[in-house]
Amino acid sequence: MFNRNYKEKTIESVLFSVSALTVVILLLICLFLFRDSLLLFKETSLLDFLTGKFWYPTSVNRQFGLLPLFFGSLIVTAGAILFAVPLGIASAIYISEIAHPKVADALKPFIEILAGIPSVVFGFFGLVILVPAVQNTFNLPTGQTALTGSIMLGIMALPTIITISEDAISSVPSTIKQGSLALGATRWQTIYKVIVPAALSGISAAVMLGMGRAIGETMTLMMVTGNTAVIPSFPGGILDPVRTMTATIALEMGEVPQGSAHFHALFAVGTVLFTITFLINLIADLIKNRYRFKVD
Amino acid sequence: MELSSKVYEKDHKSIRAQGGLSMGLNARTNERIAFTLLTLSAMTVAGFVVIILAYIIYNGYSVISIEFLTEMPRMRMTQGGIYPAIVGTVLLIIGSMGVALPMGVMAAIYLNEYAGETRTTWLIEMAINNLAGTPSVVFGLFGLALFVKYVGFGSSLLSACLTLSLLIIPVIIRSTQEALIAVPNEYRDSSLALGISKWQTIRHVVLPAAIPGIITGSILSIGRVAGETAPILLTGAAYFLPRLPDSIYSQFMALPYHLFVLATSGTNITQNRPIQYGTALVLLSIVLGLNIIAVLIRRHYRQKLQI
Repeated sequence: MFNRNYKEKTIESVLFSVSALTVVILLLICLFLFRDSLLLFKETSLLDFLTGKFWYPTSVNRQFGLLPLFFGSLIVTAGAILFAVPLGIASAIYISEIAHPKVADALKPFIEILAGIPSVVFGFFGLVILVPAVQNTFNLPTGQTALTGSIMLGIMALPTIITISEDAISSVPSTIKQGSLALGATRWQTIYKVIVPAALSGISAAVMLGMGRAIGETMTLMMVTGNTAVIPSFPGGILDPVRTMTATIALEMGEVPQGSAHFHALFAVGTVLFTITFLINLIADLIKNRYRFKVD
Repeated sequence: MELSSKVYEKDHKSIRAQGGLSMGLNARTNERIAFTLLTLSAMTVAGFVVIILAYIIYNGYSVISIEFLTEMPRMRMTQGGIYPAIVGTVLLIIGSMGVALPMGVMAAIYLNEYAGETRTTWLIEMAINNLAGTPSVVFGLFGLALFVKYVGFGSSLLSACLTLSLLIIPVIIRSTQEALIAVPNEYRDSSLALGISKWQTIRHVVLPAAIPGIITGSILSIGRVAGETAPILLTGAAYFLPRLPDSIYSQFMALPYHLFVLATSGTNITQNRPIQYGTALVLLSIVLGLNIIAVLIRRHYRQKLQI
């Protein structure tokens, strides 16, 4: 009996150690990103990095200013969210409240196909179809613009937004819904005055996670946004080429001598990116927990 | 909502008629417009899927042949096949799943069967959520700093596999947890009531019932490994390598990175289009084929498990 208990305890400890490894991995990511980033600040001050307006990593007077890349990511993500959030929430409402159950059952896995398509295939599709289309529509010198990136990114964020909002909407207790219908409200009035407000925290979490997905996307944007590291003007900049933080890392890391200031600058960009997505995930988590409490 | 008690006394039809004058008529029109818009939105999203799939399949299928799948690229990648890229992708899948699957399943078993609601559990759950939301290019940077540089595996298949395994561990943990939760507690209780130890119960009762869910999650992660580009770009994928990797320390070609290279930095990008379409179609077929298998397995077993 003692032997058996001992074995059970050992197994439990092993399993615990493996799951605790996830925390270790997260800490290691922080450690290694920070370690290589900090070396940049021997050359450039943190303030110059965070508020610098120019990203000239290879010229003689090299400058590592984050702002062009940060605003590049911001404008592309904002465009994607503007387009994907209304479309995604509307689709989620359709699937959970309006569609015939059989239609909904077919539509859900079909839309989830979008989540499975590799980002490089999205990028390729954007490059051969959307880039020329944007160029011709707006009569531009190049179709590789922030707008092109926003549209592709919006499509890619849709499955995240739809799946999570749909979950939130269908977990609104049916008693609330029936109460509203029994009072004589139409189905649409019930949806926008009762169901959507009740599911709002879940929907917000969906938007946050969609945003997290969008801001971290790399390959698609590298292929369709033109990769020009200039602070985009607003709102006209949506039709200019931009370069995001993610694309910068992936594009430049291959040509950088390891251990150079440029190498460390790319790690610093990665650290900023990691911090942003970390915060977004944390907020989404907090919203979700509040929402769970509310439904109980 | 504006119904007064007076109206309430009347019969159903007249409520409608009266309500129709004050709000009902407008409300019905609004409803019709809103429902049409909502339906259109969902159809638009479904339309995106159709257009993207149809376009790649239509342009790619004529390129696919046995030679295309089994030959080395030739003439600066303007001719020949994509064999080394296919092999590279398969090796990445085997390597990263070999690491991530056992770790992910073990972590999920602990979280679902052993862990209480403690601070440590909360910390682990939070770490998993954050890993799941961390951009893949950040994993690439981490892999570069830790495996390529610090540990000294160099730019290699090994570094790329380890980096990708970190990326999919959260996916495997989450899907395994879901599979374990779906196993009814009656299974555990009956086994424990027979005097069988906790681990034996998990090993012989809970896990077998959760296998389909675990397989589904694994297949989805395989799709993820096959499609990821940014992490392998930083940790070991080669721009062009007309031979197979000879050890875990050598560089390799992989389908997604090959497509990226062909589409953006080849010598004759427009002339190369057919090979690009073919590569995109092969990649898409692998990833979507795996997704469809996963969905089918999930459907098949979901009905079986319900008591």
